[in-house]
Amino acid sequence: MDIKREDLLQLYYYLKLTRRLEDRVTSLYHQGRILGGAWTSNGTEAVSVGYGYALEKNDIAAPYFRDMGVFLIRGISAKRIIAQYLGKKTGVTGGKEGNVHVGDLNFGVLGFPSHLSDNYPVGAGAALAFKMRGEKRIVAACTGDGGTSRGDFHEGMNFAAVRKLPIVFICNNNQYAYTTPLKLQMAIKDIAERALAYGIPSKIVDGNNVVAVYMAAREAYEIARNGGGPTFIECKTMRMHGHSEHDSAKYVPRELLEEWKKKDPILHMEKHLMENTIARKEELDGIDLRVKKEIEEAESFAEESPYPSPEDGLKGLYATPVEEE
Amino acid sequence: MKEITYLEAIKEAMDEEMTRDSSVFILGEDVGVYGGAFRATEGFIEKYGEWRVLDTPLSESGFTGAAIGSALVGMRPIVEMQFADFISCAFDQLVNVAAKNHYRWGASTPIVVRAPYGGNIHGGPYHSQSIEGFFFNVPGLKIVAPSTAYDAKGLLKAAIRDNDPVIYCEHKYLYRRIKDSVPEEDYIVPIGKARIAVEGNDVSIITYGAMVHTALEAARELKERGVSCEIIDLRTILPLDKKSILNTVKKTNKVVVLHEQTKTGGVGAEVSAIISEYCFEYLDGPIVRVAAPDTPVPYSAQMEEAFIPQPKDVISAVEKLNRY
Repeated sequence: MDIKREDLLQLYYYLKLTRRLEDRVTSLYHQGRILGGAWTSNGTEAVSVGYGYALEKNDIAAPYFRDMGVFLIRGISAKRIIAQYLGKKTGVTGGKEGNVHVGDLNFGVLGFPSHLSDNYPVGAGAALAFKMRGEKRIVAACTGDGGTSRGDFHEGMNFAAVRKLPIVFICNNNQYAYTTPLKLQMAIKDIAERALAYGIPSKIVDGNNVVAVYMAAREAYEIARNGGGPTFIECKTMRMHGHSEHDSAKYVPRELLEEWKKKDPILHMEKHLMENTIARKEELDGIDLRVKKEIEEAESFAEESPYPSPEDGLKGLYATPVEEE
Repeated sequence: MKEITYLEAIKEAMDEEMTRDSSVFILGEDVGVYGGAFRATEGFIEKYGEWRVLDTPLSESGFTGAAIGSALVGMRPIVEMQFADFISCAFDQLVNVAAKNHYRWGASTPIVVRAPYGGNIHGGPYHSQSIEGFFFNVPGLKIVAPSTAYDAKGLLKAAIRDNDPVIYCEHKYLYRRIKDSVPEEDYIVPIGKARIAVEGNDVSIITYGAMVHTALEAARELKERGVSCEIIDLRTILPLDKKSILNTVKKTNKVVVLHEQTKTGGVGAEVSAIISEYCFEYLDGPIVRVAAPDTPVPYSAQMEEAFIPQPKDVISAVEKLNRY
């Protein structure tokens, strides 16, 4: 499978956009300007950018909370993301939700429920609908390593396997579920082993290599799209920040972080692009400049946006409200 | 008009909706080849095929989640819980995903969860529970509980066409025990509207589900003793039809709230609070709750009978209240 130069540059752009957006959110958090918490994908951006970019327009993403790349690629703008963090009316959920608990069907993104892996069966259901209707659409559902111990992970995978649904399960294995390291989460070496139990073929990829994630996802999507059923992709990476920005992650050995710092997904991609003479330094700097500007504009937009009114909190409970006489 | 049982009404509602709308489908344990533990989907797989009547693995959370996902992309699934008791395994998907989708991010989730509930069938603690209370405190869900074949059919059709998640509480005891008339033509019973099952003047009995029949039996006996009862069948439990509740209280000034669910924090507690808050000055006596005791549902016949409110319990509550 080949990859076009423009796609490589787009992958780079989205890596940078994700990183800069989340870095900005982190700063805003430390300035006390964010209402609630701030969760980022720092260090693991290649996972969401890779699998998100491999989707086609009519496909569906059932993401989790370290999937900022997916939100951005699908078209949920940085403006709406920052507004969401600030609790503004123009945020993705109009202030009803905070941080990365977002979803927007206009962009084929299912809402993320905080309970990890809930989106595995939900994603399988969307895939079931596609299969029932004979549509050539697929679903990509993602969770973290922590989520793979929950029942919904297993029930969703099993159902999808039995019905051979057009879904690809992604796992962002960033080594820690909040503070709990992998060795206290499971007694197996690779999370991919869990897929074996359901008869789902799996792949283990370098989660810091955006091209590798993208290629693996694209290949799995094609299999799913053509009736071959689900694939499980374990992306091995490392969460470089705490669970959320309040957490300094003192429980993570510093040597481990130092080791992974060298494998940073953005540095990795820059090296790949330049060493293979795909892009020159100036071109990458140009992309970075564009990203910076976009984030600045997004922040101004969010700052200038109005807050929702207290009454807005009473609206939208039902799609079909029951009328009181 | 034709006479059908409560179970036939449920079956007809699903059958007609599946014929009318290709996005309607059924999933759950043993609903396909076997036709469901209570035979509600008997013959469906032959008629609609294995991709519209899906036998699932034992995974209530998994297949409820899958129903939600399919609904988000345009389907109208009907989830069958084999027994309502098993719905606890799907609690998270219903409470945190289905119920909150529209509020959080504007996506409607048109799913119906059929929950065969209730006792009087010697099912014991895990096959007899009334589960409406688990979900009564969850904004975003709708809960209905029909007591007649007419309502069973009309409410199920309304639930299938509704754009929100609806928990449809069907009482197992009523499946083959009651029969009533339904029209030949298509109709629905709107969600959110109670009905007056019997008009009366002295005491109101507000209830739903199988307890409507218990109330009817009590009312017949009470009538012979010269007490006229008005029976309100709530039909929809969430959201409650406040207007119908208040109207009957204003008329009779005395209220018994009756349900098979356990007493503490039950639907009856909310009904009582509504009455007390909005029409206290109309009351001529205390609001009396007749409900199951706060224990699991026992298996043995004598204990189960004592657990489930009986006509005699209703009669003594009404008579006591009527003396005020």
